[in-house]
Formats: sequence, C-alpha cells, structure tokens
Amino acid sequence: MIAEFGLAALWLAAALAALQLLSGCLSLTEKGQNLALLVRPAAVIQAVLCAAAFGSLLLLFARTDLSVLLVAMNSHSAKPMIFKVAATWGNHEGSMLLWVTVMALAGGLIALIEKRLPERTMLATLGAQAFVGLGFYAFLLFSSNPFERLSPPAEQGMGLNPLLQDIGLAFHPPTLYLGYVGLSVAFSFAVGALLTRNVTPEFARVMRPWILGAWIFLTLGITAGSYWAYYELGWGGWWFWDPVENASLMPWLAATALLHSASVLASRDALRTWTIMLGVIAFSMSMMGTFLVRSGILTSVHAFAVDPERGSFILALLVLNIGAALVLFALRANTISEGQQFRAVSREGALVINNVALSAILGIVLLGTLYPLLTEAFGIRVSVGPPYFNPVSAIFAVPMLIVLAVGPMLRWRRDSLGRIEKPIIAVILAGLVGIIVAFSLGGIELLPFIGIVLSLMVAVGSVLPLKGRSLRRLPLAVWGMVIAHLGIAVALFGMSADSAFTQQTLVAASPGDVAKVGPWTITLESVDPVAGPNWTALEGRMAASYRDEPAQRIAPQSRTFWAPPQQTSESALLTRWNGQLYAVIGNEAEDGRWQLRLWWKPFVTFIWYGGIMIALGGLLALMGRVSVDLRRRHAQRRIEQRHEGYVQ
Amino acid sequence: MSAIKPKHQRLVLLVIALIALIGAGLLAAWALRNQASYFYVPSEIVAHPPEADRAVRLGGMVQAGSIKTDPDGVTIHFMVGDGKANVPVVYAGIVPSLFVEGSGVVAEGRMGKDGTFVADNLLAKHDENYVPRELKDMSGAQAKAVVSETSQ
Repeated sequence: MIAEFGLAALWLAAALAALQLLSGCLSLTEKGQNLALLVRPAAVIQAVLCAAAFGSLLLLFARTDLSVLLVAMNSHSAKPMIFKVAATWGNHEGSMLLWVTVMALAGGLIALIEKRLPERTMLATLGAQAFVGLGFYAFLLFSSNPFERLSPPAEQGMGLNPLLQDIGLAFHPPTLYLGYVGLSVAFSFAVGALLTRNVTPEFARVMRPWILGAWIFLTLGITAGSYWAYYELGWGGWWFWDPVENASLMPWLAATALLHSASVLASRDALRTWTIMLGVIAFSMSMMGTFLVRSGILTSVHAFAVDPERGSFILALLVLNIGAALVLFALRANTISEGQQFRAVSREGALVINNVALSAILGIVLLGTLYPLLTEAFGIRVSVGPPYFNPVSAIFAVPMLIVLAVGPMLRWRRDSLGRIEKPIIAVILAGLVGIIVAFSLGGIELLPFIGIVLSLMVAVGSVLPLKGRSLRRLPLAVWGMVIAHLGIAVALFGMSADSAFTQQTLVAASPGDVAKVGPWTITLESVDPVAGPNWTALEGRMAASYRDEPAQRIAPQSRTFWAPPQQTSESALLTRWNGQLYAVIGNEAEDGRWQLRLWWKPFVTFIWYGGIMIALGGLLALMGRVSVDLRRRHAQRRIEQRHEGYVQ
Repeated sequence: MSAIKPKHQRLVLLVIALIALIGAGLLAAWALRNQASYFYVPSEIVAHPPEADRAVRLGGMVQAGSIKTDPDGVTIHFMVGDGKANVPVVYAGIVPSLFVEGSGVVAEGRMGKDGTFVADNLLAKHDENYVPRELKDMSGAQAKAVVSETSQ
C-alpha cells in the first residue's frame, strides 16, 4: 500500500507542477491574470505531496519491504538501521526522488514567504521552477519509477555497495543535493527576472539567501566528500580530479562567482546581465554534474544507472533547460539597461577579477572533465589528471588569490591603491615571510611553494578589514566574509603543506616489527580477525608514538563484506593538531609478513577545517542578511500601521 | 575613465571577460594535448613506446605465473599482456584486493628507460559495479580470449 500511495502522491505532485507552469505562464498575459491565484497554492501543495512520496520510500526502506524492486536491489535486512535509511538515496531512483523533493520544497518555500519582488516576477519565477521540476517528474515517472513492485517478492535484498556503507553516505548526497537544487532557485529567479525585464538590486537581495544557502551546502558536501574519499579509499589522497568530484566542484565555482556578483548587484546596482548569466550557468553546472554522475557515462562508485536511456533523458533535460534559458538570455540581455559605473580600482573592479578568474577556472575544469568523453567518441582513450588540472587552474587561481588578499579593503565605486598602502605592505610582508620560511625548509615543489606563500598573504589580508572597526558592531555579513576568506587561506595552507611535507613508508612487517614514518615510530603488535554486522576483517593492531610521547593504539582493517561480496580497506587515522598519521594494512605476503602503508601528513586536516570555516562564513553571512531583511520588513510594517492609524 | 559612457564600460568588461575566457580555453586545449595521459595496451606500447616520463595508463591482463615479490615484501614485478605482446611492470605498494594472475588491470605510471613500466597506482576490478573504464570493454569474450591464449 505504501508504495502505491507514494506513487500516487508523485503523480499528483507532477500534475500540480504542470498546473503551476500553465497558470504561471498564462497569468503573465492580459487575459489570464485571474490564474495568478493558483500559482502559489500549487507550489505549496506540490511540496507537501512530494515530501509524502519521499516519506513513503523512506518507510519502505526502513522496513526493508522486499516486494519493492528498488528495496530488493539496494538493501538487505541484515544492515544496520542507519544504512537502511541511507540506502533510500544510495541508488539512482531514490536519489532522483530526493532531488525533486528538495526542489519542490524550495519552490513551496518561496511561494509561501517571498513577497518582496513584483508579483509578476514571482509568477514567472515559480513558473520557471515548475518547468524545471516537470522535466524531473517525467524522468522519475517514465524511466526511473522508485516504487516499482517486484513479483514475487525477493527472499533477500542484494545489499548496498560496501564502499557506500559508511556514515558519510548518510549525509553526503543530501547535502550536495540541497546545494544543487538551491541553485535551481537562483536559476528560476534569473529566468523570472529576464521574462519580466526586472533586474534590480532588490532582485539580487531576494536571490542572495538562496545562493548563500546552496553554496553553504555545496561547500559542506565537497568538504565531506573529500574527507570521505581520503579515509575510505585508503589511497592517502584527498582530491583526485575524478569527474565526479569535478561535477560537484563546477557548480561550486559558479555559485561562488554568482555570490560575489550578486553582492555587487545588491549593493551597487552594477553587473546586472552578468549576474543573470551566472545564475543560468550555476544551475546548468548542477545539471551537468547530475548528467555526468547519473547517466552512467562514467563508471565510478557514483554511477548507479548504467542505462543509456536514462543518460539520454537527463541529457535532453539538460539541453532543454539550458538551451531555453540561453535563448531567453540572448533575446532579452540587450533590453536590460546598464547598471552603475565604477572605476577599475574599486571593490567592484576586484570582484570582476574574482568573477572572471572563477569563470576561467570553471571553463578549465569543464574542458578537462569532458575531454576524455570527447576523445573516446573518436576511439582515443585518455584520462586527464592532476598534471593538467593543478598547474592550469593555478594560472588563474594565483592572481585571483592575490586580489582576494587586498580586494575586501577597497571601497565601492572608486578608490586608489595609495589609500590602502599600509595594508598592502602588510600583505606583501606576509608573502615575504612565507617565501623565506618555505625556502629555508627547502625541497618544496613550485605549486606547494606558491600555495604556502599565498595562504599567508590571504590569511593576513582577510583579517585586515577588521582593523579599526568595532568588532561588536561589525555586521554579521562582514564577519562571514572575513571567516570565509580566512577559511580559503587555511584550506590552501593544508593542501600545500600536504603535498610539500607528506612522508610515506611502505613496509612488510611481522608482528613485533617496528616501522618509522616522519616523527612517528609504529610497532605492529598483532594481526587479528574481527567481525562486524555484515563483514569480517583482518585488523592490524599497532602502537604509534609521536617522538617521545606515550604510544597510542591504531587498528586499520582489511574488510570483507558478504552482501555483496567485496573487499575494502579501512584506514586508521591518528589526528594531532599539526597533522595526521594515516595507516593502511594490505595483503599478507607469502612469508607471513603484512604489507603496511604509513603516511605522516603534516597539517592535512587544515584542508577540511578550512572548508568548514568557509561554510561557517557563508552561514554567518546568511544569518546577517536574513536578519537585516526581517528587521526591514518589521520596520516597514510599523510605518504602514502608523500611517493607517494617522489616516483613520 | 570618468568620461566613459555606461555602454562603453559594459563593452570593456565584456571584452576583458571574453579575452580571459578564450585565453583559458586556449591554455586548456594546449595543456590537454600535452598532459592528458593516454591509454595503451601492451602491443601498442611495444610498437610505439611513449616518451619516458610521460604519464600514461597501461591496461591488460596480468600474465599467469608472472607475479614476483621482492625480498622487501612490498615491491612486485609482473607482466601485463594483451595476447600479442607483454610489458614488464614494477609496482611498490598495496595491490587492490582483486589483483590476481589472469585478472585485468590498469596501471597508471610511466615507461622507464629500460622498457619496464613503473606504476604509481594499480586499478583492478573492485567489484561488479566498479570497473575501471578501460577494462569495461575488455571483460567478457575478449578477456577470456586473452587469458586462454596466454595461459597455454
């Protein structure tokens, strides 16, 4: 029954999306104005129905209802509860249902609360949201029905890919989806503004919390995904420029650019067309990511659907949405009047450099990601990795980071570098200190070297705007900017330190043997079998001591799952403030020794601390913006009330 | 600057953005030609060896009876073949769990000067759902053919 209920709710939600699209479009014409009444309720009810459909699927997975095909294919009754629930979105159909649910909830929320923009723009926006949503409903209902029954029911489920049976999975995809789908709201706002020719600072202020929200979730999702790959794959790396990772990085780059250009539009009424364009591009990148990941065009742990029909469907949606938006943009861009002017040396000027550099990096990542797919069409198989991505994106990242160090101190509209001479000298001094320190350590390659120097410059430059200001009265949004920029410096330092200073030891050891890596001394004490709820493992018990400190225990495992049968290696980590010890146990060599791979990674944790700081900065900015909006709304209402009282 | 009309400023910004983006595109195209790592099967690598120190990927079947471990217990030597040619590979590290003789493998690394392929990383079949892209076509009939040819 639950499955049928979920499916019915999904069909009804799709019907409401169609209604929302139709009434949204017609209400923009002279004759159809009465239909405007329908748009907002349709969006809200659609959100409720979609949530009900997703809730049904959650319930089916929680109960391991094996008469449902999707559950039988992806779950197993022997799994811990948290993974049964997480399995709901750990597969193609469930994750697409999550996608439309989040999208419907976002649409319902704007329909419910957003009253600042002209009503016509809002109707067009909700219509655009329904247009995008409808495509995904069609995709779910016609080619990826999550509620399909299995007759007769399976005896037992097939289980979930063991690599995915991890607490990280419970949060990683929903987080990224919130980010992807949040950008769909920015896209709809951009389309709505284009349709009604209404690109104003108010529009940017309305759009900004959604961009910020999406961007926070993308930041968290990428940070978490990177840490997950780091400890789960057991390769010691934290970013592989894997197409799937790039698929989440590209929307982030676009959203970062959009965030900054929207703030120019909101504060200074400049960069109007550019902001609209970025709004379209940001969501296009989200869809591109979904296409790459879900179409099966890439074979990876993320590719659930190796089904050409589905790939074509997503590609068609991608082309339809992006194509329609770009055509609209081409038709309307000229009718948007120019915004305010600014000098080259000004806050706006710095933000233009930020935007251009981010777009260039986005283009570089996009080309590098698609290139292997293009050459494969001609029968040439290539892979593109760090030797391409690192140096080429650095060419644009380095000037961007230099501008980041000084840009926030510039004034809007017009400024001179002479006015901020002292802060600039401070930033340069930080850079010099970095050069001297890095040189004295010696043996550092070019890119990590530049990274260390730049991270110091950005760190100093990002806190300098606080100078001379009352820290108590500083708006939350400014705090957010400072912390996010500092987070960039922290993460950059972690990345550079990891590639500059990592030490590695690879040994075959018998119990009792001692291995050294960096300042650590590690003794392999024993290798014992252990068992978990759905796996067995060989566990290497080790004692690790940092210099002369007392030893701590670590126990990396080599795990064997039985549903489905697969082996994974569970790395063991020992975290200190200044880095991490990373241990992996491999196979037994013929002579009874065990392969151990040990890394000492100084300051590697700064990468993820930085990522969390960036997200926290976004959160502070979001809180600041929303509270200012609420206060303004409140004040306006009071003025109106007083006015009414006066009239009476 | 103050004399610039709004239309002109928009044009200037557009030109700057276009130059940067086209520059990025050209740079990317040039770098891709030089940095993309090509996929080889053993017979190709024997016929047209890539320059030493250029990152490439080598894919094929691990030849039966060819895996040898050095006394240090972590460096292994093996032969990768495609039925027409064999290439010796050396790798120091923990091998993937499904790396066995007769199985498919993709080695990432570079050709050494002595004709040995030095692998930085080995990708084997993880499970049914996760196969390196290059191995996908090779599994099935072709792989069986290669194995039966080489294990005689």
